[in-house]
Amino acid sequence: MDAQTVIAKRIAQELRSGMLVNLGIGIPTMVANFIPRDMKIFFQSENGLIGTGPIPEEGMAHPLLTDAGGRPVTALPGACTFDSAMSFGLIRGGHVDVTVLGALQVGANGQLANWMIPGKMVPGMGGAMDLVTGAKRVIIAMQHTAKGKPKVVNTCSLPLTSVRPIDLLVSEMAVIAFPDGKAMLMERAPGVSVEQIVAATEAKLLLADKIPEMQL
Amino acid sequence: MQTISVTDAVAMIPDGATVMVGGFMGVGTPERIIDELVRQGKRNLTVIANDTALPGRGIGKLVDAKLVGHTIASHIGLNPETQRQMIAGQMKVDLVPQGTLIERIRAGGYGLGGVLTPTGVGTVVEEGKQRIESNGKTYLVEAALHADFALIGAFLADYLGNLSYALTARNFNPVIAMAASTTIVAAEHIVPIGLIAPDHVVTPAPLVDYLVANG
Repeated sequence: MDAQTVIAKRIAQELRSGMLVNLGIGIPTMVANFIPRDMKIFFQSENGLIGTGPIPEEGMAHPLLTDAGGRPVTALPGACTFDSAMSFGLIRGGHVDVTVLGALQVGANGQLANWMIPGKMVPGMGGAMDLVTGAKRVIIAMQHTAKGKPKVVNTCSLPLTSVRPIDLLVSEMAVIAFPDGKAMLMERAPGVSVEQIVAATEAKLLLADKIPEMQL
Repeated sequence: MQTISVTDAVAMIPDGATVMVGGFMGVGTPERIIDELVRQGKRNLTVIANDTALPGRGIGKLVDAKLVGHTIASHIGLNPETQRQMIAGQMKVDLVPQGTLIERIRAGGYGLGGVLTPTGVGTVVEEGKQRIESNGKTYLVEAALHADFALIGAFLADYLGNLSYALTARNFNPVIAMAASTTIVAAEHIVPIGLIAPDHVVTPAPLVDYLVANG
């Protein structure tokens, strides 16, 4: 199983029927591929859609039905559309149960940086700041390291997305929770040891009493 | 509401105007109006919109033609030309969280001076802004936005100017329709009065100043 699949499959286990869920671009989008068929989740695209479905079959794309990255999507039965004020009212107002986003860095206190690298990459924050500020639960999907350097750091050196700490981080190595603003190792990926995770992490990790393997 | 040719509609927009443009990555952007802005070469525009789309699409065409002096948007990451002009100092870019941007526009159209939002507290977005504590929570004061023109992409417009939108092309359109001195609409279909049922009208006709005629 590749790293992205491990991450997406594990995060899919956090979702429940009836939830309103917003998935970011990249690995987060893959989470939708691992939802059990009988589970009814409302996926929101922040450009104004609840009920976002998979990519359309070839020749079935509609130019006015896209996700937040501008790519064609489908709308599931029961879908609804709305303007951007309502879309961000849903997000900032605490109506979104879970958002899954990528990260550049996560600090030991759970604070997230995921929208710019000064002098290198200034794409704009889009909806990320509102999502992290307002969603009931923030889950980060990310590779544990970037070019061999830890992304779970003592303190974010990159500009923060929000001061609100994330709730859960899932990488291809580990599941880390942030109770009371402290990083706690909860699970490890199959075949990965606690020592390997600690070595690949700059932030000090509290160790849960039991650190089982992810059940994938 | 007046019907107008796209040529005459764009002729009303002077160089240096502030324009709000509907659309999200070009979806819901009135391409006919954009093309005519490029043809008439309107310069030094301030564009308020969610994003600057892609090169060759929507607002990206204005950027390609170097007609934009100032952009207020939430995301420019998918348009390398916007980033190039920003880094080269040819275009000023203000990046605003998407939910804050749409609320600032909504406030402008709804007669409010601004909004209080928790988004951005403690981040670079807070720089230069006032903090307010209310009910034990911290908010930033974000000022209302207003424009000279709103350029709307609708799906249906009836002969009176009532508008409805399709799927994800709604986005910023109905919000900017209230926040500009002059609202200009290009619709995919112009239809008889009554064809859009009262319950399905999203933007009421009195908000529309000009409807761009077919052809």
